[in-house]
Amino acid sequence: MQDEPTPIELIKAVADFLRNEITPAIKGHNAFKLRVGINALDLVTRQLKLADDGDAAEHIRLKQLLGADGSLIELNRALSDKIAKGEVDLQTPGLTEHLWQTTMDKVAVDQPNYASYKRELGEK
Amino acid sequence: MIEQQLRRCVASWYPGATGVTGAAKLSGGASQETWSFDIVHAGGESGAILRRAPPGYGASPGRAAGLDAEATLMQLAHDAGLPSPRVMHVLTPADELGTGFIMQRIEGETIARKILRDEEFARARPLLARQLGKVVAGIHGLPAAKLPKLREMTATREIADLEREYRSFGWPRPVFELALRWLRARDPGPSQEITLVHGDFRHGNLIIGADGVRAVLDWELAHFGDPMEDLGWICVSSWRFGEIDKPVGGFGSREDLFAGYEETGRKVDPDRVMFWEVMGTLRWGIMCCGMMQRFRQGPDHSMERAMIGRRSSETEIDLLRLLAPRGK
Repeated sequence: MQDEPTPIELIKAVADFLRNEITPAIKGHNAFKLRVGINALDLVTRQLKLADDGDAAEHIRLKQLLGADGSLIELNRALSDKIAKGEVDLQTPGLTEHLWQTTMDKVAVDQPNYASYKRELGEK
Repeated sequence: MIEQQLRRCVASWYPGATGVTGAAKLSGGASQETWSFDIVHAGGESGAILRRAPPGYGASPGRAAGLDAEATLMQLAHDAGLPSPRVMHVLTPADELGTGFIMQRIEGETIARKILRDEEFARARPLLARQLGKVVAGIHGLPAAKLPKLREMTATREIADLEREYRSFGWPRPVFELALRWLRARDPGPSQEITLVHGDFRHGNLIIGADGVRAVLDWELAHFGDPMEDLGWICVSSWRFGEIDKPVGGFGSREDLFAGYEETGRKVDPDRVMFWEVMGTLRWGIMCCGMMQRFRQGPDHSMERAMIGRRSSETEIDLLRLLAPRGK
């Protein structure tokens, strides 16, 4: 067992330092890069918080949709293959809901401020 | 060092040029660079842009039209009265600057967030969609006989290219599979009319001023194909920068874009435009995945590329909004 603070706490402390103390002192192209870097740290924090639950739920849905077991990537390959071959499509019960939920969970990590995502959440 | 080379080059074709000043690199990968500089002459200074492949980087990558073709297209657009910089000089071997061209620098803004939010552009924003419709119609109407040699694309070929690229990543994306199926099932076949297509007509490649559009840049992806492709591409949700209810670049409506286009006597096919919007959304998603590959394989481990890789999911939500809208 690793000791505390947790990775989430460590990354957040670094991101907050960069955001609050360093950002005002940096100009030009490096200011842009710094912002990208802070965004990356924030993304990692969200992934550490959210991905386990999202992945577990996705795994359950995939097993149900495909009637098969395997790792997340194996099941995603199998589903991709079936869509490519036309064996499942938007008429297949559960597929639309699965793709929506999986995508919403991904964007929640990648870009929770993306306008289409906020619209689908009913926030904007 | 580049100022010295530029000075020598400019002296050979700009009457009365006495020097070159303020050379600054605006962007550049390994194979292509853009520089801004000023030509000093008796009457003052003239802003110029150098777009070049440095010596040793002659050939352009797969889809690129090539710098010579870009120069020809820009000059043709300028001559036709379209908002386009004047090409001042096409590089020759004697210039020792590589291949490329020098064009007039046009002042204005290319950054979408500023164009969409700053007060300076408040008056221009409601005019842009219609203006751009007219401009892109002008591009599609450029005289075929004068155009350089370019690749010819069809929807069928574009779908195949996108699929090949997506498969090369070896990373399963069920939403992209769905989009590929959707596109193949609705492939409208070859366009009745084949025209010049700009290929990257969107924010970043448009110089905007307080008065509206001032220049169309970056003809790197120009090709022959279905003119509706350009209209679909500029409507892709990723270029709306938060203003998702204004499909044209976050500033305008499809109706205004189409009205501007049809003002010139050309016709819009809205179904085809929508088809190309879906294609464009998938294309941007696959381009984001490509950025992730280049981040991982490239030598520079650029943070920006890595983060663009994480933007592919935004195209998945936009594809679902287009192909499987909820609550309907």
